[in-house]
Amino acid sequence: MNTIKFLLQKEFRQIFRNSTLLRSILLAPLIQLLVLPWAANYEVKNISFAVVDHDHSPYSQKLISKVSSSGYFKLVGYLNSYNEAYALIEQDKADVILEIPPHFERNLVRENQQKVFIAANAINGTKALMGSSYLNGIIAGFNNDVRAEWLLQSRYNAAPYIEVAPSNWFNPLMSYKVFMVPGILVLLVTMVGSMMCALNIVKEKEIGTIEQINVTPIRKVHFILGKLIPFWILGVIVFTLGMGIAWLVYGIVPQGSIFLLYGFLALYLLAVLGLGLLISTYSSTQQQAMSLSFFFIMIFNLMSGLFTPIESMPGWAQVIARLNPITYFIDVMRLVVLKGSGLHDIRYHMLIIFGFAVLLNTWAVLNYRKTS
Amino acid sequence: MKDTVIKAEKLSKRFGDFIAANELSFEVYPGEIFGFLGANGAGKTTAMRMLCGLSIPSSGQATVAGFDVYRQTDEIKRNIGYMSQKFSLYEDLTVLENIRFYAGIYGLSNKEIREKSDELVTRLGLESESEKLVSALPLGWRQKLSFSVAIIHQPKIVFLDEPTGGVDPVTRRQFWDLIYAASDQGITVFVTTHYMDEAEYCNRISIMVDGRIDALDTPANLKQQFAARSMDEVFYQLARKAKRQAD
Repeated sequence: MNTIKFLLQKEFRQIFRNSTLLRSILLAPLIQLLVLPWAANYEVKNISFAVVDHDHSPYSQKLISKVSSSGYFKLVGYLNSYNEAYALIEQDKADVILEIPPHFERNLVRENQQKVFIAANAINGTKALMGSSYLNGIIAGFNNDVRAEWLLQSRYNAAPYIEVAPSNWFNPLMSYKVFMVPGILVLLVTMVGSMMCALNIVKEKEIGTIEQINVTPIRKVHFILGKLIPFWILGVIVFTLGMGIAWLVYGIVPQGSIFLLYGFLALYLLAVLGLGLLISTYSSTQQQAMSLSFFFIMIFNLMSGLFTPIESMPGWAQVIARLNPITYFIDVMRLVVLKGSGLHDIRYHMLIIFGFAVLLNTWAVLNYRKTS
Repeated sequence: MKDTVIKAEKLSKRFGDFIAANELSFEVYPGEIFGFLGANGAGKTTAMRMLCGLSIPSSGQATVAGFDVYRQTDEIKRNIGYMSQKFSLYEDLTVLENIRFYAGIYGLSNKEIREKSDELVTRLGLESESEKLVSALPLGWRQKLSFSVAIIHQPKIVFLDEPTGGVDPVTRRQFWDLIYAASDQGITVFVTTHYMDEAEYCNRISIMVDGRIDALDTPANLKQQFAARSMDEVFYQLARKAKRQAD
């Protein structure tokens, strides 16, 4: 037990003496948490749209002003032919074209129906998708306005009409920040746990001090604990600071039990520290450890369900996402923080993360050799 | 029969087809300063790592401080000190912190740690540097400190792997004074080196060529045996036969 005391004392001294490292462990994640949620936002604004109006009627004017006053679109061209508008797309000045055919008003009034044409620049897929769907929504709204106008005129011809009134549970304002912040926090905790821990161990290999440790009677398990405990504590500190920012800056207060979150965090950190340890056993330089951790963290980040729903991934990708510890913590964060889920709801997550922790650590310990 | 602290019999280490250490047999006696010489890549470090329990031999037998190198590596580690050519001190810790850390992990009591660190700092004349980071110390002092830390727990044997690389002859001489002092306390010293003047300081030396021990005796006897005026000549006569490329 004394050995561990000396190892921990040494480890904390080294961490706290290295101000660059300390900053990158504590400060960098917080800055990321302050900045990233504003950028990681699916809401698309300022979509440039060009209008080709062949009708020049009051109704076409009304439609155009409805689109441009929606707040999502910016009118960049009012043109006479589709080709001119297409040129704007080619120059990347317009994202969406709205083409209003000739006799738009006349057909709408006389024949009760009319078509408009939407063309979207799909180089930026998200913008194209969101742009055309917003535009659709606005046109549908316009459609209702027109209908209401006419129904007022002829009260008798009441067409059946279904109005959809959505209500967003657990995130009533559909704020992306509420959705992203808990997830980003998970990524940051993961980085501290796995990468920093791996780098720290490999640094001892690189400098040669690990040789000295290996000829002392320090046992393998003591050495490993001496490395895991400090980073486990740092992980908990980063998480706590992150939850503080989530509350102070984003007003996110966990709906569920904070103890449950910390309980899960405790297990989760064991798993990611195990990953860090494993990486360190396979690398002999910090550069190798860095590239290896980067590889895993990139894949884990993008396949965690943070940015894109796992359900919409292809089958093989879903398998990878299920083998990714981050996936489970992000899920738990959203369940407990946003929905207020309890232990019973996340029991499988707990079990799986426990499995990860046991597997990764066992593998790492078996692979870590004091002798060759 | 004489007491031995290290006894090796046909100790070998193979890495694939490469035989790094080939059937090494030798004995080291208590309190002796045993020099282990050889060109780069001759297999000195491999042999030393096996004796320290860092590397499991491929074949052969050896005991260190009476413990078997295959099965009792933990016991060996408690009874030896080790100083490698790479630095064994933490450069981002102070002199005192390093001493206390190593004393601590060798299980010295708090009282012993205090006494030992005071004594060590005084003996090395590091009083004004004791709160400084090791990275701020000159190379020669770091080596002396490394050595003192390596024997802080009074081991039976201390292994020194090219301990004086890169320092001037005066500093090297001072380092050897520390080695003699340790030897006087009964600590057996097992040292690898390239420097032939250092070889002369040893009680007995062995010279490794291509993984084998080609010569083993006192410096005086070796010079006589090879009809050489200095250890330099002895070494050249043996090393010239080497076929292996230095690493």
